Amino acid sequence: MIKFTQKHLDVLKEVGNIGAGNAATALSTLLNKKINMSIPDIKIVEFNELMDYVGGPEEEIVSVFLRIQGSLPGSMFFVLQPNQAQILANQLIPDMKEDIRDHEMALSAIAEIGNILSGSYLSALSEFTAINMFPSVPSLTVDMAGAILMQGLIEISKESDYAIVIDTMIEDEENTTESIKGHFFLLPDPTSFETIFSALGVEGK
Amino acid sequence: MTITSTVVKVGIADMKVTEAPNKLKTLGLGSCVGVVIYNHEIAGLAHVMLPDSEASNRENQNILKYADSALDQMIRELLDKGVRKSSLKAKIAGGAHMFSFQTESNFLKIGERNIIAVTERLQLHQIPLIAQDVGGNQGRTIEFNIEESQLEIRTVRGNTTII
Repeated sequence: MIKFTQKHLDVLKEVGNIGAGNAATALSTLLNKKINMSIPDIKIVEFNELMDYVGGPEEEIVSVFLRIQGSLPGSMFFVLQPNQAQILANQLIPDMKEDIRDHEMALSAIAEIGNILSGSYLSALSEFTAINMFPSVPSLTVDMAGAILMQGLIEISKESDYAIVIDTMIEDEENTTESIKGHFFLLPDPTSFETIFSALGVEGK
Repeated sequence: MTITSTVVKVGIADMKVTEAPNKLKTLGLGSCVGVVIYNHEIAGLAHVMLPDSEASNRENQNILKYADSALDQMIRELLDKGVRKSSLKAKIAGGAHMFSFQTESNFLKIGERNIIAVTERLQLHQIPLIAQDVGGNQGRTIEFNIEESQLEIRTVRGNTTII
């Protein structure tokens, strides 16, 4: 296991920056709005802590999940609170009154947004690191955070009791009750860190 | 006189043993499996993530993460408290399949593999599996009432079942 220094954390922050920056641009184009992104937050958390971080294992979330295969395996989530997903769906489907959970088209629209945003996140990352990534077809689920996030932690849990999360938030600039906030969680598998660090010229020692 | 009852919370890759009238609870089970081993006065609840500790690549891991080692540990703790093994029964819930895409085949079936591993471990210890609510594609929160030997299962859309 690599011992993390500030330099390593900076590299992971840069990974989050590049990825979420590109995703923010994609969302901005889609919604024709200005989209801001947060400074990436790198967290080294025990599994239970990760759940608390999203509001507890029972908290209902809307999540697009994909697995990354290839030389940088990992899990990627785009997470929205249900009310945020509702606002996003309302912007995509005018005059929609129903709860998104009962509206198949709204769910598939959110899934597609998640698909586009994760795709832009990963393609920017792939270009930056010159590492090929093969994301699976994304899948959308609305359910308890614990149930959803643990699925993405299976590979990590075989090796470790901790996950390293690269968290970035994107938000539209209006910053009102109608603003949209979404989180990207990139969870590289333990074997991926050396690959990231050596691709970006930081020795993993 | 009031007997206060506490709800004992069990985290992910965690296990607790407690006595009636306390209750045991674990939140947000997806592909993980919640295993209750009980008699009418004492019970343990484990929240297991993975089927097999033998398949682990590393030493010094949390043994409560795996179906086999977590169940062994729970049974050991129950027996240490003077419980007769023949009085023990089990109920399980979880092992859902949360996402519907095709990927690495083992990864895909983790919920099912957890259910099988738990069932086999219970058989090995000759503890009868009285009831189960497993599989499907929904997350579950479960709470076990020791006095009633009832396991309450709640999903996110508010459906509650008791087994």
